[in-house]
Amino acid sequence: MPRAEPTVDMTPAIELRATRRAFGSVVALDSVSLTIAPGEFFALLGPSGSGKTTCLRLIAGFDQPDSGTILLDGEDVTNTPPFARNVNTVFQDYALFPHMTVAENVAYGLRVRGIAAAERAQQTAAMLDLVRLGEFGARRPHQLSGGQRQRVALARALINRPKVLLLDEPLGALDLKLREEMQAELKGLQRRLGITFVFVTHDQGEALSMADRVAVFSQGRIEQLDTPRELYNRPQTAFVASFVGSANVVGREAAQVLTGRDRAFAIRPELIDLLAAGEPAAEGDVQCAGEVVDVLYHGASSRLRVKVDERTTLAVARSESAGGGVQGLTAGARVRLAWRPDHAVPLQD
Amino acid sequence: MAGRAEFSLQGRRAFYFALLLAPPLLWLGIVYLGSLLTLLLQSFYAIDEFTARIVPEFTLATYRQLLTQPAHIDIIVRTLLMAAAVTLAAAVIAFPVALYMARYAGPRTKAFFYVGVMLPMWTSYLVKVYAWRLILAKQGIASWGFEHLGLMGALDKALAVPVVGGPSLASSYIGMFVVFVYMWLPFMILPLAAALERVPASLLQASADLGARPGQTFRNVVLPLALPGLAAGSIFTFSLTLGDYIIPSVVGAPGYFIGMMVYQQQGTAGNLPLAAAFSVVPIVLIGLYLMLARRLGAFDAL
Repeated sequence: MPRAEPTVDMTPAIELRATRRAFGSVVALDSVSLTIAPGEFFALLGPSGSGKTTCLRLIAGFDQPDSGTILLDGEDVTNTPPFARNVNTVFQDYALFPHMTVAENVAYGLRVRGIAAAERAQQTAAMLDLVRLGEFGARRPHQLSGGQRQRVALARALINRPKVLLLDEPLGALDLKLREEMQAELKGLQRRLGITFVFVTHDQGEALSMADRVAVFSQGRIEQLDTPRELYNRPQTAFVASFVGSANVVGREAAQVLTGRDRAFAIRPELIDLLAAGEPAAEGDVQCAGEVVDVLYHGASSRLRVKVDERTTLAVARSESAGGGVQGLTAGARVRLAWRPDHAVPLQD
Repeated sequence: MAGRAEFSLQGRRAFYFALLLAPPLLWLGIVYLGSLLTLLLQSFYAIDEFTARIVPEFTLATYRQLLTQPAHIDIIVRTLLMAAAVTLAAAVIAFPVALYMARYAGPRTKAFFYVGVMLPMWTSYLVKVYAWRLILAKQGIASWGFEHLGLMGALDKALAVPVVGGPSLASSYIGMFVVFVYMWLPFMILPLAAALERVPASLLQASADLGARPGQTFRNVVLPLALPGLAAGSIFTFSLTLGDYIIPSVVGAPGYFIGMMVYQQQGTAGNLPLAAAFSVVPIVLIGLYLMLARRLGAFDAL
């Protein structure tokens, strides 16, 4: 899988250089540097308070960094107010104007820039069609469902033809089924329009399924910036390993006991084999024995936790459909585990 | 049995509910609406000119008297103009204050402002009115201030304007206007600040994000969403000015206002029907004002 790194000769759509922002004694963003290529679908992923939203607000211009530089399309916009930036935002709460109709909301960006009414009406109608809300122009935002409001917010932001679209937890307020639909819709929209999308999310599944590249934030810093596949398969730090896809993180001391090497590592639950009684482990596999703590049935798969020693409990995932279920295993059972050494990903300290 | 128990439970609930609701309904029905209807009824009676007794028979004579005498029309127009001017001035002064309180002040400054706005309301109304008469008097602190700022010429010019001017601030409509605005300003600031506080910050950010300059955001988003507060505040300032009779009798030119007329007619003149007819005027004017505000979309954002 080749990495979607921006090529050198292309001017980045967005560039953050050593950007820092603190609120009082809380450092929200600690000297973050970041380059996003034109046309990229980029995710800022992290738990709440990790700095991802601050990062988005700085790009939109709602907030200014204490130090560092922000460039849009090669131009320094660090101190440019939001209305003068060619960037539009879809807000977490959509921020639709309650006193305007859907069509007036969508036309707002054109209106404040003095576009003639006829031109405005035409573009608004086209935009509403694009988000499949052609019939809803005369309604008020409060008469729409959450998913429809989301699409109005999208249309309103896209009508300005921004170079960059920022999305702040765009799917956070939607229920699961709608969220999946909107994921596909957003992805398709981005591909068709070719606009750079930057979206903030705390949902790793969302980030992995939609983004070309993901920046994982923790405590105001970028822990790792990679393609979803690399992030999932090659996490570099314990935080990324456990936050993205909840891998088992084995600390240095436990790793020493298990593998004989003094280095922390991550191992994915689905890559750990559960050995049948008397079954020998494959040549060269790391193996260990432990006691089942609990078994959780998830439908397509089951997940059990196995206590290997006092400090280490490993999660093991078994596919139920492939015949490798966990039938008969209950808490307290003794089991043996094994995994291939190259499946364990060494982590930085 | 179960059904019956359920029914009686529901019945009991309804009974308690009615019991709970009865006092406020009685209060509203009798004390407010009842007296209002009695007042309205009075205005359709007339006074016998010889006996000075109220004749309890339906007649439009009192309203004819109200609306055909030029002096009465003068009073209504004068009161209406003053109420409109006071409302407008209060809105213009209150808006930046309310905006600052709602959007820009930190928690401590905000608390300070709220107390500062409300504190004058805890002082006696009469004390404030008489204090203003002294402040605005010919040798009062206001003219002293104008003199030391070298603005005496401007004050003299303002007082020389026919109708609104007069021998001193305390005996001119300008002075009365100042006192009215001072008195009712909190009633404009508080609902306005409340309305502005309810406007989510993300709406203002969205407006800027879509390319609106701060002035455009103000016109297109802040102002329309503040209109309900502005409407509420202006109903206070408008109706309070329409009904007041103390300020016009303590400060300002000798011309009569509706409130003074009501006071005089039901008191010394003993013409209760005419007093009632006069007090119907503000009700009608406020009704018209509300209709106008509704037409202009003041309540659309609610």
